[in-house]
Amino acid sequence: MNENNENSLIRMFHVYRRYGSKAALFDINLEVFKNEFIFITGPSGAGKSTLLKLLYLGEPASEGQILVDGINLARISRNRIPFLRRKIGIIFQDFKLIHSKTVFENVALVLEAAGKPRQFIQKKVGSVLRAVGMEDKQNSSPLSLSGGEQQRVAIARAVAGDPTIILADEPTGSLDAESASQVTGLLKDFHIRGSTIIVATHDKEFIKKSGGRAVYLKQGRIQPPPA
Amino acid sequence: MISLYFKHALRDIGKNRFVNAVSIITIALSVIITCSFVLFFINTSEILTLWKKGVRIMAYLYLDVPAEKIPEIQKKISGLYSVEDVRFISKEEAFDVLKEQMKRQSSLLENLKENPLPNAFEIRMIASSQTWEKIENLASQIQSIPQVEEVEYGQRWLARFSYIINLFKLSGYALGILFSVASVFIVANTVRLVLYSRRDEIEIMRLVGASDGFIKVPLYIEGIILGALGGIIGLIVLFTTFISITSNIDQGITSGAFQISFFSYSSMLIILISSMFVGWFGCFLSLKHIIKREL
Ligand SMILES: Nc1ncnc2c1ncn2[C@@H]1O[C@H](COP(=O)(O)OP(=O)(O)OP(=O)(O)O)[C@@H](O)[C@H]1O
Ligand SMILES: [Mg+2]
Repeated sequence: MNENNENSLIRMFHVYRRYGSKAALFDINLEVFKNEFIFITGPSGAGKSTLLKLLYLGEPASEGQILVDGINLARISRNRIPFLRRKIGIIFQDFKLIHSKTVFENVALVLEAAGKPRQFIQKKVGSVLRAVGMEDKQNSSPLSLSGGEQQRVAIARAVAGDPTIILADEPTGSLDAESASQVTGLLKDFHIRGSTIIVATHDKEFIKKSGGRAVYLKQGRIQPPPA
Repeated sequence: MISLYFKHALRDIGKNRFVNAVSIITIALSVIITCSFVLFFINTSEILTLWKKGVRIMAYLYLDVPAEKIPEIQKKISGLYSVEDVRFISKEEAFDVLKEQMKRQSSLLENLKENPLPNAFEIRMIASSQTWEKIENLASQIQSIPQVEEVEYGQRWLARFSYIINLFKLSGYALGILFSVASVFIVANTVRLVLYSRRDEIEIMRLVGASDGFIKVPLYIEGIILGALGGIIGLIVLFTTFISITSNIDQGITSGAFQISFFSYSSMLIILISSMFVGWFGCFLSLKHIIKREL
């Protein structure tokens, strides 16, 4: 825990997550390095989403230590949590777009919350929406978009704040092959630009194409991948 | 940042028109009810003090009371408790005053064979003892002097009137407090309703890095705006009602001595600030309740 590795961005030590008497994660030890593209894989219910949630404090770990960019999540004070989350761009499995706001407003929210000036927000939102090919729909409601389009808006929002870490939960889960490869391409772009990317998926094709490290989870434990 | 918060607050009010309208109406109603009581007291107690200041007890003597007796009676009255001074008004003096007052109908008086007016005393009371009980008490003491035929102290009904006003005052305070508390709770519940319908949105805002302040400040501003709107609407309704009532009242009954008055600008400012406080406080209560339950 005290051994300092300059390249280490995330470290999990003996992490457990329990729901009542049932445990979703057992004794997780994991290190993620700067600018890594890493997959968390495994069958449904293995605990992939839960693992990501612990990293952005969507839920606290029941036991163990988690360090994210030097912050000890067990000891972070409540008013520092927003700062942790601004380092992390999250693409949620269910997108979590705000339906009462337009596409533009959804993306702008991240920057407004971070206290960025208005002109910067205008420019930045425009450029990330362009990057995901959604600039034409910036005044639409997320409800009027297809699944793939919502996915791309979710990606735009995740990267708008120039996060150090991007967490993506099943980013290709509900997409056809073409949209999926588009999304994969986008994530790779951000990786090249220096972000650390953690993807939870059971899309084997995606993993094979990207060629990053894959961590296999089964019933809440890290296991060697099946042959 | 503040203008951003304002923008968010205004947009949220626009999006939840119905619940927000309910809050505004509630605040307006409590302003109207509480303030109309206060207005009523201010004006009635003004009338009462004016009338009380002018309380003079007149004691009219029997016509056959001889003049030598007058100083003795005057002394007797002066000796009574709470009498400030006693002035003798001779029948001649009274007649002159009457003639002066009835200049135009002077022919009426000239036809009189003799002065029909009685000798009288005008008694003024010590200001501090002008409660209705004391006035009545003194009047009956004067009445019991054998040479006194009649005691008049006007506005006898004022005593009963002031009792009713005091009763009103108490129930007015009670209602005022009740309504202010009620509007705080209604605003709190409205905000809670709004928050409940937006809890997913609030959750998402937190997940993308919004601080508590970023979420709360627009809601506080919203509460304060609702309070201000309610206060303004309440005051406008009060004022128009006030104008239409006072323009129908015969100014004569107030003897022109004073004007029925509305709130001063500074009182209106206080009312406005209080209703803004009510809006903010409602918000504060419900946010405290909701934020506490989240991570
Ligand atoms: N809030 C919760 N309360 C109780 N149990 C939960 C909760 N969240 C997750 N679980 C359980 O924890 C386990 C892991 O869930 P998780 O969502 O992490 O799986 P996953 O690997 O993401 O699955 P999927 O591939 O289907 O998304 C599951 O058995 C799930 O039922
Ligand atoms: Mg999942």
